[in-house]
Amino acid sequence: MKFLWFHLMPYKELPDDFRQKHPSVWVDIHSSLFDPQRAHRMYNEFFDELEYAALCGFDAICCNEHHSNGYGLMPSPNLVASALARRTTDTAICVLGNSLALYNPPTRVAEEFAMIDCISGGRLIAGFPVGTPMDTTYAYGVNPSQLRERYHEAHDLVLRAWTEKETFAFNGRFNQQRYVNIWPRPIQQPHPPIWIPGAGSVETWRWAAEMDYVFCYLSYYGYKMAQNVMRGFWEEMARLGKDRNPYRAGFAQVVGVAESRQQALDLYTEPAEYFYGRCLHVDVRFAGPPGYVTEATQRAGIESQVKIAAQGTAPSAPSTNAASAQKMQSLARDMQGIVDNGYVIVGSPDEVVEQLRELATTLNIGQLMLMMQFGNMATDLAKYNTRLFAEKVMPKLRSLHTEWENRWWPQPMDRRQRATLPAFIPAAAAE
Amino acid sequence: MNEPETTTVDVNGFPMRVWRKGRGPVIGFLAGYGGLPRWVPFLDRLAQTRSVVVPSLPGFPGGERGHSVLDSHLDWVLAARTLIDKAGLAGADLVGSSVGGSFAAEVAAIWPEKVKRLALIAPFGLYDAKDPATDPWAQRPDDIPGLMTADPDVYRRLKEIPSGANSIEWPIEQSRAAEASARIFWPLGNTRLERRLPLISAPTLILWGERDRLMPRSYAAAVARAISGRAETSIIAGAGHLAELDKPDEVAAAIVGFMV
Repeated sequence: MKFLWFHLMPYKELPDDFRQKHPSVWVDIHSSLFDPQRAHRMYNEFFDELEYAALCGFDAICCNEHHSNGYGLMPSPNLVASALARRTTDTAICVLGNSLALYNPPTRVAEEFAMIDCISGGRLIAGFPVGTPMDTTYAYGVNPSQLRERYHEAHDLVLRAWTEKETFAFNGRFNQQRYVNIWPRPIQQPHPPIWIPGAGSVETWRWAAEMDYVFCYLSYYGYKMAQNVMRGFWEEMARLGKDRNPYRAGFAQVVGVAESRQQALDLYTEPAEYFYGRCLHVDVRFAGPPGYVTEATQRAGIESQVKIAAQGTAPSAPSTNAASAQKMQSLARDMQGIVDNGYVIVGSPDEVVEQLRELATTLNIGQLMLMMQFGNMATDLAKYNTRLFAEKVMPKLRSLHTEWENRWWPQPMDRRQRATLPAFIPAAAAE
Repeated sequence: MNEPETTTVDVNGFPMRVWRKGRGPVIGFLAGYGGLPRWVPFLDRLAQTRSVVVPSLPGFPGGERGHSVLDSHLDWVLAARTLIDKAGLAGADLVGSSVGGSFAAEVAAIWPEKVKRLALIAPFGLYDAKDPATDPWAQRPDDIPGLMTADPDVYRRLKEIPSGANSIEWPIEQSRAAEASARIFWPLGNTRLERRLPLISAPTLILWGERDRLMPRSYAAAVARAISGRAETSIIAGAGHLAELDKPDEVAAAIVGFMV
């Protein structure tokens, strides 16, 4: 079992009446809510937390890409990853990822990921999300009717840029480049492991399987709500003749651990309610740009609604085909609902172990991403959560899935050949 | 109200539906945002004195997934030209509304011999930062009808699933129409049409719904100023963006009166 520590880098000081006064945390969130000097402190605390997670023994630290977003201050995850590469030694660096269609030319992604791979000595996991509607079509203005075509073409270009030995011309439908020849080139051969964050789209599952990539379901709604999606994923793998290797799949889970369940509730209620109440407050106007959801996925969604109506049963989770912003509008926002629905796993170390064991076995997940700083959580609490997890939870779950080979993990350079990082302790030096 | 005759013509390997009805001099119609999932009263009004020909634009109802192979604005304009030719509309009078109005204007500008007289109903293709058009692709679903027609029920009835229609494919066809419009005009609706408008030499009638909440009325004057041919403007009282749906009699009468 692999443990990845995932930061969203939320802006931590959205006002108490944010939901009442502001239509959306995303796309048109008002600039007056952003204080750059407060953000200076937040960014530096967030880096501390990521580095601390590495120190505590997490297998990877993760960042991702969002734009015009009050709960994700990482329009450029590569800036974060490159800083982390200089302040960590053995931890994998997981960028989940670069939304390929947003880079012009897409070879920018091949270059920057190759840089991070070189700087880190081959520790990069390269994530390629299509990107949410809010990020890609609204904030960045990409045509929703061309987004997926552009994404797939950019993927092909990046892969060729990494693997072809000679300078080549790329004659794509959307991208034409006479001279493709990236410098630097990645350490990991033929290229860093590729992970695909996505939702419940059959097309994405098929494509990830065909390319032999990891599929990551980045839900904020916990493992109970994810059962249908992951069951569908593994059924599709079976249909395609793929094995049930749990390392094919990643899942993100919000976790708060403490000495007891009551203490966990006392500590994590405020940040959890901040996250589900303010961070996931997205205007439904930005839910479904036409063309973002493919017709095959629309068809599957309508057919399953018809089936559900005919059976008279309520769905156990928000429809996997509903646009993410619509999903967000129907969420529980009080701690009782947040915990009862399983969005957040809270409890004593042993209680968290049991729930994560259930998660890892029922969803069949080998790459477990943990969101342990969420909402407006103070940095001390984030570190407490991280350390307690590393000491009391991780060891008891380590042996899960060890019968399978994780073929999708970075292959860094031999430790002895890697550069030594100089000590950087300005506080100590000043004493 | 008897049914129109329906045929198809090929555009880039996709069959485009063409409706025909009425007698008299030929007049073409290119539909607006959302397309025409069903025949509408406005076309019957035209068909009383004219032979109406209604080809579907790629991706709009009757246009299958023809939009999926159109990547640039040139691709779209050439598809519109092919449609006009294959539907037998070359040299005839041409009416275009909204999205279709943009292509009617393009064809009249670039191939003047193909359009005898032109009527444009609140065409897409322009953008004025001081008076921006509403974003039709960032709306709550319930707000769309009121943005398209002054009486929201008019647009709702246009899009309502007919009894006996496929309950899965019908809604997909409607969302495909929204996608096709986005594929052409995302994100601002601006195709720099104003650069081609001076090439229009055909006599042109510009129509605008008095209550158009999508395309600003100031664009009507901009269009009238830019085109080289004789231009008249008519504001349709009580009509929204798709004025021909709100006020079929008034819009049809204005067009027929202009094109005598």
